[in-house]
Amino acid sequence: MKGITAYGVYLPRLRLNRQAMVEANAWFDSSLKGLGKGERSICNWDEDTITMAVEAGIDCLSALQEKSLSGLILASTTAPFVDRQNSVLVAEAMNLSSQIRTMDIGSSQRAATSALIAGLESARQGNEMVIASEHRRTKAGSRAEMLWGDGAAALTVGDDDVIARCLAVATNAVDFVDHYRGEGSDFDYDWEERWIRDEGFMKIVPEAVSVVLDSAGRVAAEIDHFILPTDQARTPAALSKKLGIRPDAVVDNQIASVGVAGAAQPFILLAKALESALPGQLILLLGFGQGCDAVLFETLDSIERFRPDRGLSGALNNRREETNYHRFLSFNNLVERDIGKRGEVDKQTFLSGFNRRKDLLTGFIGGKCRDCGAVQIPREKYCVNPECQALDSQDNFSFANQPGTVLTWTADRLTFDWSPPAYFGMVQFECGGKLMMDFTEVEEGTIDSGSRVSVHFRIRQFDAQRGFRKYFWKAVVES
Amino acid sequence: MASGIKDKVVILGMGCSKFGERWESSPSDLMVEAFEECLHDAGIERNQIEAAWFGAGIDAFNVGSSAMPMSIALRLNYIPVTKVENMCATGTEAFRGAVYAVASGACDIALALGVEKLKDTGYGGLPQRTRGVENDMYWPNLSAPGAFAQLASGYRAKHKVNGDDLKRAMAHVSVKSHANGAKNPKAHLQREITEEQAINAPFIAEPIGLFDCCGVSDGSACAIVTTPEIAESLGKENLVAVKALQLAVSNGTESSHASWDGSYLKTTRIASQRAYAEAGISRPKEEITMTEVHDCFSITELVTMEDLQLADEGKGVKDVLDGAFDAEGSNPCQIDGGLKCFGHPIGASGLRMLYENYLQLQGRAGARQLPDPKIGLNHNLGGFPHQNICSISIVGPYD
Repeated sequence: MKGITAYGVYLPRLRLNRQAMVEANAWFDSSLKGLGKGERSICNWDEDTITMAVEAGIDCLSALQEKSLSGLILASTTAPFVDRQNSVLVAEAMNLSSQIRTMDIGSSQRAATSALIAGLESARQGNEMVIASEHRRTKAGSRAEMLWGDGAAALTVGDDDVIARCLAVATNAVDFVDHYRGEGSDFDYDWEERWIRDEGFMKIVPEAVSVVLDSAGRVAAEIDHFILPTDQARTPAALSKKLGIRPDAVVDNQIASVGVAGAAQPFILLAKALESALPGQLILLLGFGQGCDAVLFETLDSIERFRPDRGLSGALNNRREETNYHRFLSFNNLVERDIGKRGEVDKQTFLSGFNRRKDLLTGFIGGKCRDCGAVQIPREKYCVNPECQALDSQDNFSFANQPGTVLTWTADRLTFDWSPPAYFGMVQFECGGKLMMDFTEVEEGTIDSGSRVSVHFRIRQFDAQRGFRKYFWKAVVES
Repeated sequence: MASGIKDKVVILGMGCSKFGERWESSPSDLMVEAFEECLHDAGIERNQIEAAWFGAGIDAFNVGSSAMPMSIALRLNYIPVTKVENMCATGTEAFRGAVYAVASGACDIALALGVEKLKDTGYGGLPQRTRGVENDMYWPNLSAPGAFAQLASGYRAKHKVNGDDLKRAMAHVSVKSHANGAKNPKAHLQREITEEQAINAPFIAEPIGLFDCCGVSDGSACAIVTTPEIAESLGKENLVAVKALQLAVSNGTESSHASWDGSYLKTTRIASQRAYAEAGISRPKEEITMTEVHDCFSITELVTMEDLQLADEGKGVKDVLDGAFDAEGSNPCQIDGGLKCFGHPIGASGLRMLYENYLQLQGRAGARQLPDPKIGLNHNLGGFPHQNICSISIVGPYD
């Protein structure tokens, strides 16, 4: 069977201090005080399942020798489009070939592990990527709001350059309704935690684990990394004890530092295990939701040499504390904010126009002139070089991985922005192109002419009237 | 070889409405106010006007598209009227149309009028508006102060200017204009301010603060132009002639090519060089005696002084602080109060600037009259530092 050939991770930079959440909500539910430790990752206003997926996917690709993929699956229960394949948008933002297979998979917390199993069992040649990304909305002052986080992780599976080979897979499919989100509902509805533990985890998981271990001819005590994604803090240890797995093998769910990222949690934890695993170790990955997926991996020697650009440790370190709970509510559209008349301007996307400019808007593709070599963005019919101006002379040139510096900038407090002030300015790319761009993730006082930037795929605008959202690339100042 | 526009056309009359928050006035009311003054000043009848150019900038908040709103408001006699729009250069574009029509011999007397009603938006600042189907998908949501604030960051970086020194010079620009505007009954803002007030005002777009921004106003201005011969035959004296009319429009080089560093306005340099050549001006600092420039923001005026060669490159801060552009300075700038005090009703501004030059050259500027103005320059900049339209008009006594 195939194995994992690469992994990548993305966590939003913002980490909301849980004490700030408790202070805002304990007046209503004093039990939240017991959950007020550490912080959780939260999407900035311009991040969502798609943008995080792109980041995780790019991180995963960074460590692959062979960058071409045969397929891309996006697993999420929070994909922004119900009918517009989200994985295709991710693939185009990653500038992948249009010849690859793409698919969205959702509807369950084990969406990612099920997609992974499908990838591992696929007969197709080449590397296939599965990205799990999750940005779950929760009711204000809920347990879920306290314990969950936003994040994404990507894996590639293939036959060559494997870092962890798959020994066996198993699924125990059971319609156990611990929670659900029905059509037209914004939020999950769940049942008592203790019941979910006793009747759900403790009964459904062991059956899947027993099958996967038997298939591989291994025993529970051999497992070095035991991954059970859950927001129930004590359940992984309780299950490991029941299954006979060593206590030190339990992979922490990172509730204190990130929160549980829904369908993305299995992959984020797998990335964590892979980052610390030694060659020859066993990793048991579970996905729980209407049953249980179980995947058993064995790491190979190549794991020691493997390192994506960011990985989990890089994602954890790239953090900025947020103590304003109201900002979190606003970013997640949980309060109706007075956005002012400038915010009322119609945000309609003219789809035919969007389609014409899709290479620029989604792929951040500019042009490189065959006559004079000048790179430029956006690509127009005539070359921008005043000494050249050749017609139709440009080949595609991707700016998505091009470093740049800030030429001019400002912090605009007049224009509408979901997180004012709006930072934007002229970015001069090292390759020679130049573009007026939005900046995101700016910390006051850290930007100036000459600051180095990288570019990232982000939400540009919401069209609430029509249920659409626009994406484009923004510059982030390198710390 | 084209001979240029110099001394081919003169101003027969001008008018300018009171600028301000004209809550009670419609665009038609403002147009009529400017037109009536202009018609009386020119001393002609409405039916002597043979063609007209109508400048209006933002259709959605003004009069809508086409030239009909002006023809209807002024009850023009079914003459050809052309609507023009070229961002902040719109007023000057209307003037250019009328001047070129007279110079070509296509008509003897032509009218140019600009109007803008900015105070029907329900909020402060210029209206939020579309930049077209494709640009709207990737352009930052930049406001006008946000766009021009970048000129300050580019200028700071290029000339290694201390941010506090630049901010102080920017404050001086605004203090000077307010002092001038206080003497002008048609200005929107007629109150003097202090440097301290300007420096300490809240940021709108760093480093642009509230007092670095021009006002936002309703207003209208207009001109009637003809040939020198016809003006003289009508008994006019002290004729003010058009010496140059130039326009430079960005072609994307600044925004997409590494050759522009964000510290200056390329179009202003190009248009002014062409205008000086057309007007026969070789020593701008000595020959230009007054300027009305596009001070949408204080930093724009400071940088424009360099781009017009009225200050040496990189020396704008020093010259501003030395008072070179104050009312008593060597090159008085915004003697009427500028956009700073008149606000910037987009379609009207170019003609409003011209109106001040016209009054000054005829010695009719009242309390703010300069002692001996000879050559006046008007400058408009539409758009943003990285993509814009610059218009320059130069006027002086008809020789």
